[in-house]
Amino acid sequence: MKPVYINSLGSISCQKTFDNSSFLDEIISYEDHIILAVDPNYKDYISPANSRRMAKGVKMGVVASKIALNEANLETVDAIITGTGMGCLKDSEKFLSAIINNDEQFLTPTSFIQSTHNTVGGQIALGLQCKGYNFTYVHASISFESAVLDAKLMLENNEANTILVGGVDEIEDYTCSLHKLVNHIKKEKVNSTDLLRSKTEGAVFSEGANFFVLSNLKQESSYAQIVEIRTYNTLGNTSITDTASAFLKENNLNTEVIDLLILGNNGDVRYDGFYNELSAGIFKNTQQVYYKHLCGEFNTASSFGVWLASKILKTQKLPEQVKLNNIQPSNYKTVLLYNQYRGENHSFTLLRRC
Amino acid sequence: MEDLKQELKENIVEQLNLEDIAVEDIDDNDMLFGDGLGLDSIDALELIVMLDKNYGIKLTDPKEGRAIFESINVMAKYIFENRTK
Amino acid sequence: MSKGIAITGMGIISSIGNNVEENYRSLIEGKTGITRISKIKTIHKDHIMVGEIAFTNQELEQQLGLTPDNDYSRTALLGAIAAKQAINNAGISNINTYKTGLISATSVGGMDKTEIHYHDYFKDKATQKYIAGHHAGDSTQKIAEQLGIEQSLVTTISTACSSAANAIMLGARLIKSGQLDRVIVGGSDCLSKFTINGFKTLMILSDTYNTPFDENRKGLNLGEAAAFLVLESDKVVQAENKPVLAYVKGYGNANDAYHQTASSENGDGATLAMQKALKIADLSSSDIDYINAHGTATGNNDLSEGRAILRVFDKHVPDFSSTKAYTGHTLAAAGAIEAVYSVLALQNNVIYPNLNFKTQMKEFSMTPQLELKEKELHTVLSNSLGFGGNCSTVIFSKKQ
Repeated sequence: MKPVYINSLGSISCQKTFDNSSFLDEIISYEDHIILAVDPNYKDYISPANSRRMAKGVKMGVVASKIALNEANLETVDAIITGTGMGCLKDSEKFLSAIINNDEQFLTPTSFIQSTHNTVGGQIALGLQCKGYNFTYVHASISFESAVLDAKLMLENNEANTILVGGVDEIEDYTCSLHKLVNHIKKEKVNSTDLLRSKTEGAVFSEGANFFVLSNLKQESSYAQIVEIRTYNTLGNTSITDTASAFLKENNLNTEVIDLLILGNNGDVRYDGFYNELSAGIFKNTQQVYYKHLCGEFNTASSFGVWLASKILKTQKLPEQVKLNNIQPSNYKTVLLYNQYRGENHSFTLLRRC
Repeated sequence: MEDLKQELKENIVEQLNLEDIAVEDIDDNDMLFGDGLGLDSIDALELIVMLDKNYGIKLTDPKEGRAIFESINVMAKYIFENRTK
Repeated sequence: MSKGIAITGMGIISSIGNNVEENYRSLIEGKTGITRISKIKTIHKDHIMVGEIAFTNQELEQQLGLTPDNDYSRTALLGAIAAKQAINNAGISNINTYKTGLISATSVGGMDKTEIHYHDYFKDKATQKYIAGHHAGDSTQKIAEQLGIEQSLVTTISTACSSAANAIMLGARLIKSGQLDRVIVGGSDCLSKFTINGFKTLMILSDTYNTPFDENRKGLNLGEAAAFLVLESDKVVQAENKPVLAYVKGYGNANDAYHQTASSENGDGATLAMQKALKIADLSSSDIDYINAHGTATGNNDLSEGRAILRVFDKHVPDFSSTKAYTGHTLAAAGAIEAVYSVLALQNNVIYPNLNFKTQMKEFSMTPQLELKEKELHTVLSNSLGFGGNCSTVIFSKKQ
């Protein structure tokens, strides 16, 4: 089996992450319950003729993928695999509200054709004229992880050499108003720095796109090696501690060799317990990091976690603002990421410096 | 007729989100599809709904649209002759 | 690593039957499931025809033994019914004996509930239980729960009309690579106002029975359905001494990279998908005995797919037919529905007639199979082509 590397990346998030030459040099702090991605100049990447039908999610995905391709110095790839939890929400809602408010009359096709979950993957393929394998995963908080798992399978077995993999989700007003109704979005506005101390239900919702070129060929510019990725629909009767230990054991590792634990805490008092169990338990002597105060919560927010891990592994720098504790290892070699959303769809991702 | 042409141009630019095209740039005889404005089959479907909604003209076969949407001149003439509202 | 990918169980619910046997009977009797729509209130009811499943949501809930406070969308209900049938058919009593995953496919997800309760959500607290079920992964989580799959790989694919074919493909790759011993693969989509109106705006809905590969085809009929297949590794088949229904022999996915919704004139994507699948299967085109075509009966699909078939098979196009005239186009589920039909064809050595065909298309001289044909079949190729240029082919075989 061939090793799998993260050769390049492109990120559009609530922070200014679209410029690969910087790494969270300047952090934007928010006081809100819904936060939006910082827009790059989309016109620098997409012509008006091509962008006229694209909602923000599609633009974010297309541009993040272009940034990643540019960094890897590639014109195209062998396959494109996308993860999106909610898909193209803006166009779905636009079409749905038109159906309901106009009693099914005078409907136009554009928002419908742009509403399918694989619009981003399809548009990237169209732009690159890439006729290779093209999949879209839509499974809540493991949508991105499913895409990585699929890509890893292909690269290990030499079915492809370069694959564009990404996670993308966009904010849309109606959907947010529903998630407020059921307290999935926090009732109150929260300051980014106080997220984990909020002690309230729900998360701060957000959006973004993080794309990566994965390859079984290492480049000078490679960020990290993806050693393992595993998803769990539920934990059954097993604790997260036992699940984590079993995962490490299967990879012939133990907690001591993990230099950095990257957690997906979102400040939801009902579900942060999964993270707290690990941080106060078997990983209490490990340097811990969180990131959803920077990028917010969305189904593919964990792709921002992988972006963060990649940057840390390559630069060997750990921004102050992401630290959960101060246990400084001598260097960052092995990184474990853990994420879940509302107690379901847990994932572990294991990265190594390369 | 001139008002109708102006109205069509404005609606086309807005409806089809032609960000890089100004209403003044569209000549009455410009080809709307292909080499002209570069509209495509999805735009044709959008224009069919526009005909129905704004002028009460119903097309059932998208192929009919091709001839009608050739240019602003052709489109305006067709609407003028067939409009029910 | 597993050399073979055995299909050991199947389950299906569609407008032509509530289980595998009923579906098969309708197929060989040439009985269509296309009717006027009854369960969704739509102003288009007199202008469209659909493949609707007779059971109401309440009846489906009862069959699953769900309590009235359940929050299942129709997609989840149909999926759970079909997936449970597949497990039973495969004789699985304890699902967690082997490393078992679930890959489902959907395009509609929980949209049926969102469109009904669009405004109610803000007024009626009782409807709010459906809010969290809007996303596509929700139905899959529920199916996993119904099957008792825990701590495992459970995911959802949504690549429009090729989704379920892609779920089969991923499942096969996971078994081949040894990641899983067993995987339940398939898809589920219910009818919704959203898709009805969506396809209506594209002006590709027929106002009468759809006629695949016919010169005068007027478009597609939408359908609702769910189907799942149990895939198992050589290890499980040997250990359990399992009867094998058929094998997944090859698979291929490619992108047309031509247009967001339409297929290219020459069927580039479909051609590539078929060629890739033949390569993986290590077969030549002449080894294919029957093609279950995507054949949606839209002007664009049948022309593009027909040309792709000609490019791959040249002068030796095997018997082919589309079963969309029976079920309608069941979108994300179609690939799994037609996988079940392909396996049934292999098991029974029959080729289903392509209903409603009258006139050959003028662009090429291809006539689908018009009568039920009995013939020894070894390999069947099934196509699923979708929006976003997504093209998929799966090849099924009797022998490993």
